[in-house]
Amino acid sequence: MSVGVFDVAIVGGGTAGCAAALALRKRGMSVVLLEKGQCGAMASGTNFGGVRRQGRDFREMPLATRARAIWDRLPELVGEDCEFRATGHLKLARDAAEMAELERYARDARDHGLELSVVGGNAVRALYPWLGEAVTGASLCPDDGQANPRLVGPAFARAARAAGAEIREFAPVTHARWTGAGFEIDAGGATLRARLLVNVAGFWGGEVAAWFGEPVPIRPLCPNMVVTEPVPYVIDRSIGVCGGNVYVRQVERGNVIFGGGRGWGDTARAISRPRADVARDAMARTLAILPWLRDARIIRTWTGFDGEMPDDIPVIGPSRTTPGLIHAFGFSGHGFQLGPAIGEIVAELVADGRSASPLAPFAIARFAGAPPAPAPR
Amino acid sequence: MQFVRLKPRDGETVALTIDGRSVEARAGDTLMTAILLHAPALRRFEFGDGARAGYCLMGACQDCFVALADGDRVRACTTLVAPGMAVRTGTRDV
Amino acid sequence: MSDTRVVVVGAGPAGMRACAALVAAGLTPILIDEAARSGGRIYQQPPQGAARPGRELYGFEAAKAARIHALEAQLAGRIDHRRETLVWNCFEDALDLLGPSGPSRQPFDALILATGATDLALPFPGWTLPGVYALGGAQIALKTQGCGIGRRVVFLGAGPLLPLVAWQYVQAGADVAAVLDATPFAAKLRGLPNMLFAPATLAKGAYYVARLLAAGVPMAWGVGGPRAEGDGRVERVHFVTAGGDARVVACDALGASFGLRSETQLADLAGCDFVFDRRTRQYVPARDVAGRTSRRFVYVAGDGAGIGGADAAELAGERAALALAEDLGLPVDVNRAAFLDGRLARLDRFRRGLETAYPFPAHLLRDIGDDTMLCRCEGIAVGALRAAARDKGAPELNRAKAFTRIGMGRCQGRMCGRAAAELLAAARGEDLARAGRLRGQPPVKPIPMIPELLS
Repeated sequence: MSVGVFDVAIVGGGTAGCAAALALRKRGMSVVLLEKGQCGAMASGTNFGGVRRQGRDFREMPLATRARAIWDRLPELVGEDCEFRATGHLKLARDAAEMAELERYARDARDHGLELSVVGGNAVRALYPWLGEAVTGASLCPDDGQANPRLVGPAFARAARAAGAEIREFAPVTHARWTGAGFEIDAGGATLRARLLVNVAGFWGGEVAAWFGEPVPIRPLCPNMVVTEPVPYVIDRSIGVCGGNVYVRQVERGNVIFGGGRGWGDTARAISRPRADVARDAMARTLAILPWLRDARIIRTWTGFDGEMPDDIPVIGPSRTTPGLIHAFGFSGHGFQLGPAIGEIVAELVADGRSASPLAPFAIARFAGAPPAPAPR
Repeated sequence: MQFVRLKPRDGETVALTIDGRSVEARAGDTLMTAILLHAPALRRFEFGDGARAGYCLMGACQDCFVALADGDRVRACTTLVAPGMAVRTGTRDV
Repeated sequence: MSDTRVVVVGAGPAGMRACAALVAAGLTPILIDEAARSGGRIYQQPPQGAARPGRELYGFEAAKAARIHALEAQLAGRIDHRRETLVWNCFEDALDLLGPSGPSRQPFDALILATGATDLALPFPGWTLPGVYALGGAQIALKTQGCGIGRRVVFLGAGPLLPLVAWQYVQAGADVAAVLDATPFAAKLRGLPNMLFAPATLAKGAYYVARLLAAGVPMAWGVGGPRAEGDGRVERVHFVTAGGDARVVACDALGASFGLRSETQLADLAGCDFVFDRRTRQYVPARDVAGRTSRRFVYVAGDGAGIGGADAAELAGERAALALAEDLGLPVDVNRAAFLDGRLARLDRFRRGLETAYPFPAHLLRDIGDDTMLCRCEGIAVGALRAAARDKGAPELNRAKAFTRIGMGRCQGRMCGRAAAELLAAARGEDLARAGRLRGQPPVKPIPMIPELLS
């Protein structure tokens, strides 16, 4: 198969790419997926693990709702639940302005099919006695949840491979071009040919788009993550706050995972490092809402790479310059929940030329003529 | 008790409690020594049956974190015993 | 040069000798160590109040230990000694510290990492039972606390530490129930030619074995299938003799480990390249003979740079300091450097002999059951790793960690990482080097959650 022409080549082995490979195989297309490292190891594998619709940009809501249905079906789809638990997502207010923000969002969310329940400070502490005094109100989205990000991308990769997709890891794509009849892709020392090309390369999706004459102002986003040693399990919701400067969840085994702020990254070498000062700020914000956590030890910190767009929503849709090229990248720090649905949407775009999901806000054309991204720090 | 003092020595005694029981240690004892001269283990294991009583004694394996009554937790093999320490091993029924 | 910030991490033989040489070169190094007193693990000093005669603590090595401890006094005022201070991260040109007065950040212009080694743990059934300790841990209990890990102790191992610790216990009056060497007796003879490069060390090893035998301590070589059993704590140890006979020894403590492994997390976080050292079956920082790593002005010395023992660590610490001084453009005694290089080469040949005499006991892992606990922090069994390697296609350790949580606990894989590499390579039928190494992630040891303490 590798000497011939693939129907589809996928650049990037994140959850979206691996889910796309699986969906395309189900449609009978031949697929090669090219990943520079190991599947699901970048943004898909290093993120917080929130499976959340609450707080999302409403333009993403149809995609998030579609994705949420897939999360329940992971065992049948990829053979394991990837530790997905519908724990609900609780967004906290810490003052009156934030409380008003929660109420406003809950009101507007109803129009997008999302039912949230907003409660004030006293009720919050009655319902969640483990929350600290700083919390003045909260909004619950009961069927949001959390999952183990280390498992999801690889599970889709295995399922795609089992379905006949060719998954090539440690095969960085150094260039791709349109020949007039299809694509040539240089990857891992070989040149592959494919009729169609999918760009799901996360932060590096910007580079791929630029090869086809449509640069976008993407920047790297390295979420700074922290995990504690195991402590007794009490935080039975995934936690966010207005403004998003900290987010917390506890896995059933007891470890408390929290994040906030940005780590350091060198995109040229794909090396990222968590920042101690940023972790410290996240600790302070976490302790403000969960003061009893003060005796827990930090056992690990980490970060990874996502791509961030200036308007905080991804690029999803066909190229405006090149026929047969589909983009889906730049998820701006909130792509984990969407990943499984992006796979299906990409497969629809590839096979049918259109998707059942509304994608107009995500068109790459919105950046036409935009200056390229400033050089990362 | 797990440890045995093979080289008895004099010196100040240090009073502490282990699961509410008053015991005496010697100045210069690590908390691990102080506990294991009087108890069979340091803590419960989080992910299964049984207890833990430390392993490497050099601050590497992190197996010997014990809980103090004030909620703090310390690595017993690298912490010297101090007067009035109140240790909760939580292992009595293990 | 006085404003050049030179940091030495580790106050064992390598770090202390490095400091002395740096001071001699006119520098004022900052020495950072987790302990309150110098000596590292090999020459660890008892806490205040628990002092005992050096001969009792360090045996044949008492004079060397005393010289290292004396250095601490000699260097007082000429180095900035940060005691009881953990270096929990290295990022770019600074170290993150946690000391008695709280957290701080220490920038450096040059860095010598003398981070030492820990016991090499290999899992076997029952190794997490109360009463089972690392061999080095059993020695520390005796050395720094005057305590035995139990009343009736079995020792199990595969290195020169085994007869030494057993003899120290006998001398201290403990009941040593058995000394079980996982390496075959014949290997001792094969190691002889190279071990002759350090005849004194060789003689000491033979001495301990002879004394143990004379004291009537049961000893066995080439043992396999160790298993600790008991109701809530170790009460007996099962093993299989070289001849294939099943045996059991009653005891209330077991000291077991199988050599040493280098502490390399800080070198990793500093961005140093690593190479696979086939002799000790581990990845170590790439370095030249003087200890220069791939990163300019970062040096490694002692067992943290690869297992070489305490004598080599002293030489390597001094050698790294000379290299650092030379790289800073300071005058350096080239004859001294050449002398150190020669001595280190000689000790390296001895080490080769030692590794031949105590080959890695691969048979202990080969037959190990899927239900044996591998990661003692997270409680993950061997079978989970094998499944990740075979069924989920994890090609290397970090992926296996992601799938299974092996190496993800408080110790960050210090205790299970090496065994996990061996088991992963075996499960995949691949060379050990391909299993890779667990990447270092800060903090290298747990740190508190209280941000006021981390400001």
